[in-house]
Amino acid sequence: MPVVTYISQDGAINEIEVTSGSSVMQGAVDNMIDGIVAECGGSCSCATCHCFVDEAWVEKIPPASEMEKDMLECVLEPQENSRLSCQIKVTDELDGLVVRLPESQF
Amino acid sequence: MTKSCCVIIGASHAGGQLAVSLRQEGWDQKILVIGDEPYLPYNRPPLSKTFLSGEKHVEDLLIRPEAQYEKVDIDFMLGQEVSRIDRTNNLVILDNDTDISYSSLALTTGARVRKLDLPGADLKGVLYLRDISDAEQIQPYIAPGKKAVIVGGGYIGLETAAMLRKLGLEVTVLETADRVLNRVTAPEMSAFYTRIHEEEGVRIVTGAGVTGFAGYNRVREVLCGDSDPFPADLVIIGVGVIPNTELAEEAGLDVDNGICVDGQCRTSDPDIVAAGDCTNHYNAFYQCRLRLESVQNAMDQARVAAATLCGKSNAYNALPWFWSDQYDLKLQIAGLSNGYDEVVLRGDPGAGRKFSAFYFKNDQVIAVDAVNSPQEFMVGKQIISKSLAVDKVMLEDTSVPIKSLLTNA
Repeated sequence: MPVVTYISQDGAINEIEVTSGSSVMQGAVDNMIDGIVAECGGSCSCATCHCFVDEAWVEKIPPASEMEKDMLECVLEPQENSRLSCQIKVTDELDGLVVRLPESQF
Repeated sequence: MTKSCCVIIGASHAGGQLAVSLRQEGWDQKILVIGDEPYLPYNRPPLSKTFLSGEKHVEDLLIRPEAQYEKVDIDFMLGQEVSRIDRTNNLVILDNDTDISYSSLALTTGARVRKLDLPGADLKGVLYLRDISDAEQIQPYIAPGKKAVIVGGGYIGLETAAMLRKLGLEVTVLETADRVLNRVTAPEMSAFYTRIHEEEGVRIVTGAGVTGFAGYNRVREVLCGDSDPFPADLVIIGVGVIPNTELAEEAGLDVDNGICVDGQCRTSDPDIVAAGDCTNHYNAFYQCRLRLESVQNAMDQARVAAATLCGKSNAYNALPWFWSDQYDLKLQIAGLSNGYDEVVLRGDPGAGRKFSAFYFKNDQVIAVDAVNSPQEFMVGKQIISKSLAVDKVMLEDTSVPIKSLLTNA
């Protein structure tokens, strides 16, 4: 099963097995990583699942939709490698993916 | 013998979040969540969308899988009704007369559908939509060419209409008021949604008061007084919900359009908290008490309630927001528009499928309805929560990027 690493702002590192087909957001929610809030349950409506994708992985993830890009521009402190984790589907090819979590989703 | 145990009555969005938040806040004693449905906490919004269509299944809806609750020792008692709460003895009494002791109690009992007590309402095919079991009862009626009549032009009604239309049914929406979404939006929004639904082939009938249902064994027609009846193979009624406050009321807690709670989600008994659709609470933005029916409120209140049970004092003062997905329309709503005195439109609701409506009261933005306009929604939230002043001319001008209204405020 692919492993996704979530690094919180306080330095906490969680290496989580996430089922292929599930989302990076769901992996965090399932494991009660509180840096991801996910208010809308993954429907790209709330931007509270914001994460920063590690440089090594940015190009390996399918690009964001227009809707996601619009939402991302408005999160707290958006960066080039910002993504909404509910829109990142985990696959076997993404085994080893590393994401950093923002200090706050609000 | 009383063990330290937090009992949470209600296992949906608020109950599930409250249990998890308790662990995150450091509660290290027993947690028991009691729910009357046979499912672990699941996402309700997909019920009128991808679950109805069969795209998603029950396991896809669960907010968290069972194994995750086991990892953090959160116990569930599912398919279990609670009869009453004995506050004197700190007991929750189940409908099989078993007693459960609690040291802390949380009520996350949610709401149930308002039912229409009309002739023929018990015919087969006259259904509601609130939970998985409701959606599963609807599914066998879904087939291209079948006639569906939706009673109620609110969000549930319109979302269901959109999904059934996508699945090839002939769909009619009957709304008693003179426009759909009349309780929650401006006329421009109602007109927009009516146009889109009609473009998609849904028939919207307003001023339609349903008086009964006709059929032999199963429904065949929806009756509207002296008007022509509407043929129907399937009827879905979505006319609002009623908060489940009976347990609280019978236990002597204050109830008034929901279980009354303070800013820390405490009920009138300081050892009992409540969260979600079932609560009546004070909203600092709108300076009034209200009851909200939304996922955001359920989850945010649940977090505050859990913190309160752990001896912390967070206040609940989140800005309400909602979303609704119909066809290719993403509607995101920030704030509550009741009492608005002016609407400024950004974009044209008469053409295309992208625009937003900013609701003003005394020249302050109090709410935003954003259709396929996520930036207007996100910026709108900032404007409302920070009470920022907004230039209405710039707002109306779609060549001005919405984000620049934040820097100019």
